[in-house]
Amino acid sequence: MSVMHLSEHEREELETREQRALGFWLYLMGDAVIFALLFATYAIMIPGTAGGPTGKQLFNLNNAALETALLLVSSLTFGFASLSVQAGNRKAVLGWLGVTFVLGAGFIFLELREFAGLIAQGAGPDRSGFLSAFFTLVGTHGVHVSMGLLWIVILGAQVAVKGLTAPVASRLFRLGLFWHFLDIAWVGIFSIVYLPGLL
Amino acid sequence: MALLAGACDLRRAAVLDPKGPVALAERDLLFDAFSVMMIVIVPVIILTLWFAWRYRASNTNAQYAPAWANSAKIDAVVWLIPAAIVIALGVLLWRSTYKLDPYRPLEAAGAPLEVQVVAQDWKWLFIYPEQGIAVVNQLAFPAGRPVSLRITSDTVMNSFYVPQLAGQIYAMAGMQTRLQLLADQPGKFVGRNSQYSGGGYSDQHFEVVSLSAGDFDAWVAKAKQAPGRLDATTYPAQAAKSRAVPITYYSVVEPDLYNRIIDKYRHAGHAHTPSQGQGAGAPARR
Amino acid sequence: MFGKLTIEALPLYSAIAAGGAAVTVGGALLVAIVLTWLKAWKYLWTDWLTSVDHKRIGVMYIVLALIMLLRGFVDAIMMRAQQATALDAGGYLPPEHFDQIFSSHGTIMIFFMAMPFMTGLINLIMPLQIGTRDVAFPWLNAVSLWLSAAGAGLVMVSLVIGKFSTAGWTGYPPYSGIDYNPGVGVDYWIWAILISGVGSTMSGINFIVTILKRRAPGMTLMRMTPFTWTALCASVLMAFAFPAITVACGLLALDRLFGMHFFTNAHGGNMMNYANLFWIWGHPEVYILILPAFGIFSEVVATFSKKRLFGYESLVYATAAIAILSFTVWLHHFFTMGSSANVNAFFGVTTMVIAVPTGVKVFNWLLTMYRGRIDFHPSMMWSIGFMVTFVIGGMTGVLLAIPPADFLMHNTTFLVAHFHNMIIPGVLFGYLAGYMFWFPKAFGFELNRGWGLASFWCWLIGFYLAFMPLYLLGLKGMPRRMETYNDPTWQPYLMVAAAGAVVVLFGIASMVMQLYVSIRDRRLTADRTGDPFDGRTLEWSTSSPPPPYNFAVIPTVSDREPFLVAKKDGTAYQRPASYTPISIPSNTPAGVVLGIFAFVLGFAIIWHIWWLVAVSAIVMFTTVITRSSDDHAEFTLSAGEVKRIEDERFRELGRRA
Repeated sequence: MSVMHLSEHEREELETREQRALGFWLYLMGDAVIFALLFATYAIMIPGTAGGPTGKQLFNLNNAALETALLLVSSLTFGFASLSVQAGNRKAVLGWLGVTFVLGAGFIFLELREFAGLIAQGAGPDRSGFLSAFFTLVGTHGVHVSMGLLWIVILGAQVAVKGLTAPVASRLFRLGLFWHFLDIAWVGIFSIVYLPGLL
Repeated sequence: MALLAGACDLRRAAVLDPKGPVALAERDLLFDAFSVMMIVIVPVIILTLWFAWRYRASNTNAQYAPAWANSAKIDAVVWLIPAAIVIALGVLLWRSTYKLDPYRPLEAAGAPLEVQVVAQDWKWLFIYPEQGIAVVNQLAFPAGRPVSLRITSDTVMNSFYVPQLAGQIYAMAGMQTRLQLLADQPGKFVGRNSQYSGGGYSDQHFEVVSLSAGDFDAWVAKAKQAPGRLDATTYPAQAAKSRAVPITYYSVVEPDLYNRIIDKYRHAGHAHTPSQGQGAGAPARR
Repeated sequence: MFGKLTIEALPLYSAIAAGGAAVTVGGALLVAIVLTWLKAWKYLWTDWLTSVDHKRIGVMYIVLALIMLLRGFVDAIMMRAQQATALDAGGYLPPEHFDQIFSSHGTIMIFFMAMPFMTGLINLIMPLQIGTRDVAFPWLNAVSLWLSAAGAGLVMVSLVIGKFSTAGWTGYPPYSGIDYNPGVGVDYWIWAILISGVGSTMSGINFIVTILKRRAPGMTLMRMTPFTWTALCASVLMAFAFPAITVACGLLALDRLFGMHFFTNAHGGNMMNYANLFWIWGHPEVYILILPAFGIFSEVVATFSKKRLFGYESLVYATAAIAILSFTVWLHHFFTMGSSANVNAFFGVTTMVIAVPTGVKVFNWLLTMYRGRIDFHPSMMWSIGFMVTFVIGGMTGVLLAIPPADFLMHNTTFLVAHFHNMIIPGVLFGYLAGYMFWFPKAFGFELNRGWGLASFWCWLIGFYLAFMPLYLLGLKGMPRRMETYNDPTWQPYLMVAAAGAVVVLFGIASMVMQLYVSIRDRRLTADRTGDPFDGRTLEWSTSSPPPPYNFAVIPTVSDREPFLVAKKDGTAYQRPASYTPISIPSNTPAGVVLGIFAFVLGFAIIWHIWWLVAVSAIVMFTTVITRSSDDHAEFTLSAGEVKRIEDERFRELGRRA
């Protein structure tokens, strides 16, 4: 479909959508800068344990692996939701969004449980510079995932009420970018924070 | 008259009137770079004023070329002149940065005098490990003998600054930085903290004195007569916040005091080994 | 209920502080009374505060900047007065007050004067120059504005309730940490910057998308105006450098709020990481501010030399090179932290390399004047004053880029003089040139030339008087930020510097007079053509002020100076055969509401009023969700209405002819 054959209104809508996509990509790149700096800060602060526990002593790889699995699968289920948007299948979109939400919520539950456990054994973020950096890096990602969950709920409601209109579909597209971006950030966290404990 | 007085005053300006080889080399660098840049700065200023005057709208005699906007030749010159200057200055910069690395011992005769420096709120503590003495707000040493400083802070970040002898370097808690200096002749100089550190910052200056060898020995002997002693029990009172503190001597210093001041923050904090680089880009080294 | 906030927070600790608070409160009350008396609240709300029109947002940004310029200047002249009289513990300010003043001066001038001024000028002009009807995200644009205003509001409120930071505009820990600074001052600083920083990041993204996606047909990248190019490069820096200060201030806030140990002395903290994070933002920030000013000089010099800009391509490549290199030099702000000679030498060389493209630009402006016909409009005078003065600052900057020389000069008033030498003649003169150049475009009448020239000469002479002595004092070894000193030979220099500040005060007074006289005489100097200076680019092709839709018909571009070409070809001012309806984004209170609650949120965090934090966060979320779920955020102007507005415009043009 070439732009030439579109009506004025359709062309404007397409342009708007393209601009929003570019704007959102730029936002994600800025967010990536934040994560990059938090990763760098974490790396700098690994030795700053202040006589307290090190990552090796604290981190449970099984929990992190389970979190990884939940988040990766949720990316897949979001992919199915996106396909259903293209197919125009409203019910399937809602269903897949629901599954994605449950997986994401499970991830947040596991993360909060891990945080609570660490704080209970005296390894909270105020224990050492190292733990401050750990909680902040992982917690920032967790806050992003929570925002994503809220966004899923809002767009789910919009799909249910308004249907798969062009603006709603365009918003779902950007939510998808966001959700997959969080996956990539998590893979970084898993490899830099949790995996080295194994080695 | 005022100009003349000003010029005389500036000849004695701390940075322009160095009294040791380190500050002298740093100042000469300043002069060299300044001279090289004048090659382009002066013509630009003159041309700007001249063009502005010559091509003023009322001067209809001047040529007017409204469409002239490109010249490959001029473009090349315009890129090459600044580039050439920057290459020249870059070479100067690279060499001098290695030569004047404050961690590098001075190539001068004689073993350096070791002094440990602690920035405190709002004063400077100088510990002489070989002599076993300490003094607040006065740094004395023999002229002609290199002085090797190890610097830390027992409070916020400070900057140890002696413009006529050595320039400056930050003092940071739990870490150590280094500075080397040498005074050619006996004399008195001013040292300061140049990094804002709170209410007493303005008064946080100290006296720097280079002495003849005999006078330095007498100075040490005098310090050894002082009643004050500095150890784990008396240190907290000495380090407590105080302003405009007069020069104070301590005849006896606990040998390990300086390292304890650093380790206080490391054991509660850092597990770093001191020699390990810590910052992204800015490691403080032994 | 009120967290840490008690009656003690009122600034009754000194008469001067209480006076400052009284002036702030009195000024706000006076504005409120005047607005009520003029019955202007409704107009203000519907036509301005809720507007999403890029031109009005631009104007509001500039108003914010000018107000904050006054506040920042009051700080400056108070500091100069203190230091001029402070020999041997003289002076009139106690240290804890002097320290707040130098901290708020820097914070305000960078974040709440220069940033809004720049963002305002880009907002006002860039969409007109690329021939579009608005920025890509008009509502987001309003949010950015109101977040900046919220940050500025926090700084102003710290005058009345509590104290401001004493940690300088860079807020270095551990001094700014909770152990050494338990009050609310640093928190005011942190939250003012965090909130306005989010706004700046979003502005950056908004401008990038606007410039890349909304240019008029035919306007290739290499046909964009130099100002648009510099706006693009500055926006890229805004989008990718501001996250760094968000991280730096965010981590400092975590240290202070939750007892974390990112930058503390003990417990594994690492203050050097802060310096790196801060300056990874801080150096690009210098170029965020100065690149658009370079763009303005390029336009002004070409227009008032009545000549095409020399070496456009060189200028564009130089701009892009500066933007990229600006991310590679941050460590030169702390050569004295003890890095190895390798690291220092590397960052010293990258810093010098930036001088090359900057030097190229100066030559380009010089050669644009060559064989021109120069009209000494105030904007041109700001440009000439800039070129002569800026090279001096560039020279001292290269001196400071040599690490061993920096060991001598760092943290002295030489450094203070250097960066003021870049930011006053470089940044501020550029913005003021832009202000006097584009004012008629925004309001439809010109600014008075005489008072503009008076302002220029006062600023220029005042600048030299105020800062040349500081260069010399730096050579005499005077550190910055001294509240008192004991060296009597410093005092004469500080007195000259104070006299310079007074001359600058006359410059500011001339600006106020200029505004007054120009508004009074607005009928005499009305700009009926929309093109008072024989302009060369698209912003001059529409009316002054432009209609809400900017262009009734989007222009097609075939040259770098499309409007000049059109005037030569006789294709300018042509009426189209017919008009089409135009859709325009609707005004919304969502932006200003977000700004107000961002302010409340910041205030509540600063004073630990947790319930209010929750309330304002919920209101902000609800506002964002409601507005972003709205599918019909625009209205349509019918072809008939467009025709009516355009007919009026052509009648004006005809009357003039």
